[in-house]
Parts: sequence; structure tokens; C-alpha cells
Amino acid sequence: MARLILSGMLKQLAHGVAEHDIEARDVRHLLRQLAERHPATQPYLAEEAFAVAIDGEIHQDAWLQPLEPHSEVHLIPPIGGG
Amino acid sequence: MNDMTQPNVAQKQMKIVGTRPARPDGMDKVTGRAKFGADMKVPNMLIGKVLRSPHAHARILSIDTSKARALKGVKAVVTSADFDDLPSEFIPAGEMMVNFRDMTRSIMAREKVLFEGHPLAAVAAISDAIASEALTLIDVRYEVLPHVMDVNDAMRPGAPLLHEDMYTIGVEPKPAKPSNVTKRVEFGFGDLDAGFAKADLIVERDFLTRPVHQGYIEPHTCLASVSEDGQAELWVTTQGQYIVRAFCAKLLGMEVSKLRVTASEIGGGFGGKTVVYLEPLALALSRKACQPVKMTMSRTEVFRASGPTSGARIWVKIGVTKDGKITAADALLKYQAGAFQGSPVQPGAMCAFAPYALENVRVIGYDVVVNRSKVAAYRAPGGPISEYAVESVMDEIALKLKMDPIELRLKNAAKEGTKTPYGPKLGPVGLIQTLEAARAHPHYSAPLKANQGRGLASGFWFNIGGETCASLNVGEDGTISLLTGCPDIGGSRASLSMMAAEELGVPLDSVRAVIADTSALGYNFLTGGSRVTFSSGMAVVEAAREVIQVMRTRAAKIWEVPLDDVEWVDGGAHQVSGDKSLPFAEIAKTAGKTGGPIIGNAAINATGAGPSFATHIVDVEVDPDTGKVSVVRYTAIQDAGRAIHPSYVEGQMQGGAVQGIGWALNEEYIYNSAGKLENPGFLDYRIPVCSDVPMIDTVIVEVPNPRHPYGVRGVGETPIVPPMGAIANAVSHAAGTRLTELPMSPPRVLAAMEARG
Repeated sequence: MARLILSGMLKQLAHGVAEHDIEARDVRHLLRQLAERHPATQPYLAEEAFAVAIDGEIHQDAWLQPLEPHSEVHLIPPIGGG
Repeated sequence: MNDMTQPNVAQKQMKIVGTRPARPDGMDKVTGRAKFGADMKVPNMLIGKVLRSPHAHARILSIDTSKARALKGVKAVVTSADFDDLPSEFIPAGEMMVNFRDMTRSIMAREKVLFEGHPLAAVAAISDAIASEALTLIDVRYEVLPHVMDVNDAMRPGAPLLHEDMYTIGVEPKPAKPSNVTKRVEFGFGDLDAGFAKADLIVERDFLTRPVHQGYIEPHTCLASVSEDGQAELWVTTQGQYIVRAFCAKLLGMEVSKLRVTASEIGGGFGGKTVVYLEPLALALSRKACQPVKMTMSRTEVFRASGPTSGARIWVKIGVTKDGKITAADALLKYQAGAFQGSPVQPGAMCAFAPYALENVRVIGYDVVVNRSKVAAYRAPGGPISEYAVESVMDEIALKLKMDPIELRLKNAAKEGTKTPYGPKLGPVGLIQTLEAARAHPHYSAPLKANQGRGLASGFWFNIGGETCASLNVGEDGTISLLTGCPDIGGSRASLSMMAAEELGVPLDSVRAVIADTSALGYNFLTGGSRVTFSSGMAVVEAAREVIQVMRTRAAKIWEVPLDDVEWVDGGAHQVSGDKSLPFAEIAKTAGKTGGPIIGNAAINATGAGPSFATHIVDVEVDPDTGKVSVVRYTAIQDAGRAIHPSYVEGQMQGGAVQGIGWALNEEYIYNSAGKLENPGFLDYRIPVCSDVPMIDTVIVEVPNPRHPYGVRGVGETPIVPPMGAIANAVSHAAGTRLTELPMSPPRVLAAMEARG
């Protein structure tokens, strides 16, 4: 199972729970399941943009990025630069 | 998806990568041949100009353009009525997410003007003089409103509201009333109370920074040509021709395939040219006039109307044990966004404590709108501001513990496996190596003179990858045309050519890099985020490997042997089982007979960008009578992963240091009580010149990024992160009192010393 670790507003919307173990094949599947478990997260996930860190590596557009059975996943703001 | 992981990249022997060949764009630039944004001229071209608000905040009661339209020589006039009012939709640009509803109002005011300089209308005429006269004929009636310029003023209950529909995101429950706070963000983990309870020493301070401009010498400029059938061309100085295409197509209701955008040579961007200002206006004017329209900002327009980086108020609190171990760290950031949402407070919050391995940490950030021009990215957006404050507090801690500042940082340094304050763990990184290099550098132990002080600071930036395409086209004579899609603002044509030549095993001067327009190559994200040498490099290597594969296949056909009997060594095909060989140029010469043109393409979404850490040392001298600060010695040390062309890496390090010197000591926007900018020019907005800075010594540390075929880390942004903290620490030591406000201009330093007594 992948471990999704939330912080900030998303953690609040997920009843204050930071760590979520979710069976998911890719990032899009993971986020769908989060929204199903915690419906309050769904509008925030739909309206905000995220980058995804999978085992420390940041992916800016990562819908179909596969997840390993023990992947650690963080949702973070998109990172750009100047 | 490609995997370019190179676990043994440090051991790879290089012939071209790591050398310092002459830059391919040098001759054109020093002879004046290079075509910058304003150099393009076409027949029948009109001149476009913008009418801008004289008020910081006002409701627009009416705009009458009839007299302007009637003026002889005026061919088109546009206002907000010529642009669709787009719904709220976010897409990435620079480090920020851009909202299209905001963008329609940013390029041309609708209901209100929100900053002095806000565009209200634009005209296109047959001459500069007629266009200027036409602007004076546009009649605008305003209801002037109170304005607000500082985050604390903007956040107070009852503050003048910029947007009546702005409700703070990131707070639960949703606020009942609108405010000027667009968003609240929070990062961190652990137990702050427990962490601070363990501390033997706690230091907390408030800091203030002011907006600063990126300082690019070349103003915004573009030339748009829209034909009667809706096809359009745009020549523009930009950091991202594909971003410009995307924004303008959306704003003008065009298909992207109908808009061809070419990036000119660029006279600096630093993040400030990742957005659009004139481009949609020029296209709209050209569409109306059915003639090309050229628009160029004056320097005062650049200052009044283009995005600086945020000013901010920062509070930092750090607790440590008596031997210097950080037990807890807390910070509150309030960043100015300008007139529309989207300051870099999020990356600022993520970066603030990134150099440190922490168990208990929290950073809260607020994005706050004020009546200034909308901020734009500036080199590691958000990071320099927050890290300046943190590095200042770390310096104060070292002083109070009587601990060497480098030892304090080494004791708490982030390294591979450290959990960052924003969550993910770091891969291999080089902070410790930069600190050790700083400690060993002669600068660190050199004696100081009277009125001098030494400061040190470390800094971090994430770096990014993203969507990137590259194409290698092998000519019939064996020379190679390299098409890349990101404007060259830091020497990427040289470094990409070097990687192509290294990979192919051919001479460097047989590879010529060209920046493609949007019709010639697949989508490329912009030049920013320190991504181009990393991402485009990865794409170029992939394309080169495809060329090698094709070359081997052709050799196999020519020799009538299996493919696995052909290896590629030193720029040629060699038979494994025999003594046949064919050099690159020979295979290229017969390409038409062996299967056709030989090309290699890559289209990737590059991942695995490695962060870059830096440590800077600076010595300053403070004049006790005037408060003037002189920078007497500067050393910048940074992890580049692998320096493809070391001179360019050093140039990035030096340039970032110089911009940081200006930010620390002199640069600020000065507004009067009416919210009007009083120093919109380089005479009074004081950026460093050569006589202000010493030679910046550089040390490149290389901790290769295993996710890049050559170990590359982006280097362009990290260099601007440490300077303000290092200089503030040096000035504080020299002045004998802690300075907490930027810029540390002479009056401020003098006042601080006088207050110290």
C-alpha cells in the first residue's frame, strides 16, 4: 500500500489525519480514493494544483505516475522558479 | 517515461563536459548582430502604446476612446471590452499558478484599477508620436478609492478591499467576509511546544523586506502580426515562448496552432519574463488593424507595471540546545502578492528551514494583495526572503552560543535522507560539502580590519524538470543541428551542444544549437526553475542516443552484419567481431541511400531534478559616519552536481551574488502617500554596478545528481538565496547591532548604529 502523507489544509479536511495507507496503482487512482474516503478533500483537490513527491522525487504533472507497494507520497504546491 | 538514472555518473570520464569552450552566441552579442526583442522590424509596422492608471486604486466609471480612434494615423484602439472575461482557472507559470480571470484584468483593467500603471487601453498608430498623442485623447473617469501598500495594513479589519469576492483559502471554516488575504498555507511536523521546551536558548526576530525588481536591462517588447485569416506571429523577449503562446491564445480566443511565437535573444529575465504584459495587447491591436504592431515598455513602465518580487514581513523563532542542536523552528511569513493573488509564499515557506534536519518545525504563510503591480517570479521565488530571516536568526544563535557559524550549521545540516519541512526526504545533496569547502577556504580565516564584519549563510532551491523536447538533425556533411525549445538565458546552447557532442563522440564545433519557435518543436515548459541544463540536457542525451541507434543500424546494413555486432565508440561505428569502422560523417554522407535522413527526437516530462545548496561568505566594511556598506570580499560556494561548462556555472553564481548584494543593500521601491512610485528608473532604483562589488570568488562543489545522465543539478537560482542573509550577518557584526530590515541602506544602518549607542 502506498502511504500518502498530508499536511496543512488537506490534513485538516481529512479529519486531521496525516498518514493514509491507500492501495493505488498510480497518483490519479490514489487521489480518487482519498476523495472517496474524505469527501471534504474533493473540492480542494479539484481547485488547487499540486506537485507530487513520490519517495522523495518531485513530479510536476503526475496523474499516471505509477506507485510501488510501499511508496511514500506527499502532495506539495507546484514548484516553478524564475 | 524515460529513466536516465546513472548511479555511477561520478566515475564517467568526459572529454567535452567540464571544459570551457568559447560561447556560441558570443560573436553575435559583442558585434551587435544578435536580435533582441526590439531589433525586429517589419514592413507596414504600427507602434503600440498603453494608457496606464495614474491612481493606485480607483473604480473605472467610464472610458471614452472616440477622440483617440478619430485621430489621423491611429489604426486601432483596444480596451477590456476587446478581451473575453475568462472564468477562474489556474495554470502554472514560473513558480506560481496563474489565474486567467485575474490575468484578463492584469493585462487590461476592467471594473477597477488596482495599481499605478495598471493598463486601461492601448492604441496602435503609424508613429510613436501619434500613438502618444492618442493616449492623451482617451478620456477616463475614475472614483478614487483608498489604497493599501503594506501586508500588515492590508490584513487589518476594515482595510481597503481590492477584490470584493476574495475569501481566504486554507482556513476552516471559510471566512464570512472577504479580505485581502488570498490564501493561508502551512507546512511542518512534530511537536513545537515539546521542542521549544527542550531548548536551552530561543531566539525570535521580526524581519521586513521590500519588493525588488529583477533588474533585467532589456525592457519587455514584442512585435505581433495577425493576418486576416487569423494566423498570427509573435516575436517576443520571453523566458517561454510556449507559455506566451498558451496565455495569448487563451486571452484572445485563438487556437494554439494558429499562433507562432518566436523567442528573441533575451537581455535578462530572472523570472520577470515568465508572464505576459504587452503581448496580448499587441496581438489584439494587430488583429483589429490588420497590420503588425510593435510595443516596447519604457524603463518607467517596466518599474510601474511589471512584477517585482514580493516585499514581506517575516517572524522566525528557533530553539537550540546549548551545544547547538536545533530542537524546534517556527516561522510566519506574510508576502505581498501585488494587485492579484499569487505571491511566492508557498515556496518561501517550503524553503525557509530546508537546509536543516529538524524534528519539530512549522511554517505558516499568508498571500496578501496590495495596491502594487502583481509580483512576478524572481530567481528562486520566495526562497531568498524566508531564508534571509532564518539565516539571520541562526547567526544570532551562533553568536550567543559563542559557536562557529559553520559548526552550528554542520551540526544541523540536511543531507541524504533528511525529511524536508514540506514532507519528502532528500536524495543525495551537497550542503555539507559546501559548508566544509567554506570552512577550508582562505576567505573564512582571513583577518578583518576595523569597521569590517564577516557573514555567512546557506541557501536552498528545489530545481525542477518538466515538459521538454529536443531534436537532433544530422546534416549530410555530418554536422548536427540541435533544436531546443527553451530560450537561452544562461548559456544553455553551449551546455546542450556539449552534452550532445559528448554523447555522440563528435567534435563540439560540429554541433549548432538553435532555439526553436513554437511551430518547430513540441511543447517546452519555460526557461526557469533552473531546469534547462537538467531537462533539455536529458532530452538532448535521449535524442543523441536515438541518433546513435540509427547510426549503428545503418552501419549494420552497410556491413551486412547483425546490429549487435556494431558498437559506438568515439564518434563512430565499429564492428565488434571484426575490424570494420565508419566515422559519423561517413554514415551521414550515405544516409539517403541507407534509409533516409538521420534524426533523433525526445519528448519527455523530466523528473529527478536534484536540489542545489550553497554557502556564501562575505566581508563588509561599514562607514561609521555615513552607514554606507562596502562589500570588500565575497565567496560563493555551490553544489552544481556536474558543471557542464564551469564558466557558465560560475557566471550564475556571481550574478546571483550581485543581485543579492543589491537586494540587501540598496534596492527598494519608494512610493509616496498617494501610492505612486517615485523611483521608476535606474538612477534612483539603485542596482549594483561594477564599482560596487569586488570580484566574486566561486567554488563549484560536485555531488552528482544520479537521476541525470551527466549528474546535472540546476544552478541558476540558488545563488541568489544566501546573499541577503550573509550580508545582513556581516553588517550586523560590523555595526555591532542586528539589522532586520532590507535594504540596509546607509540611513538605516546609521540609525541602527546610533540606536545601539
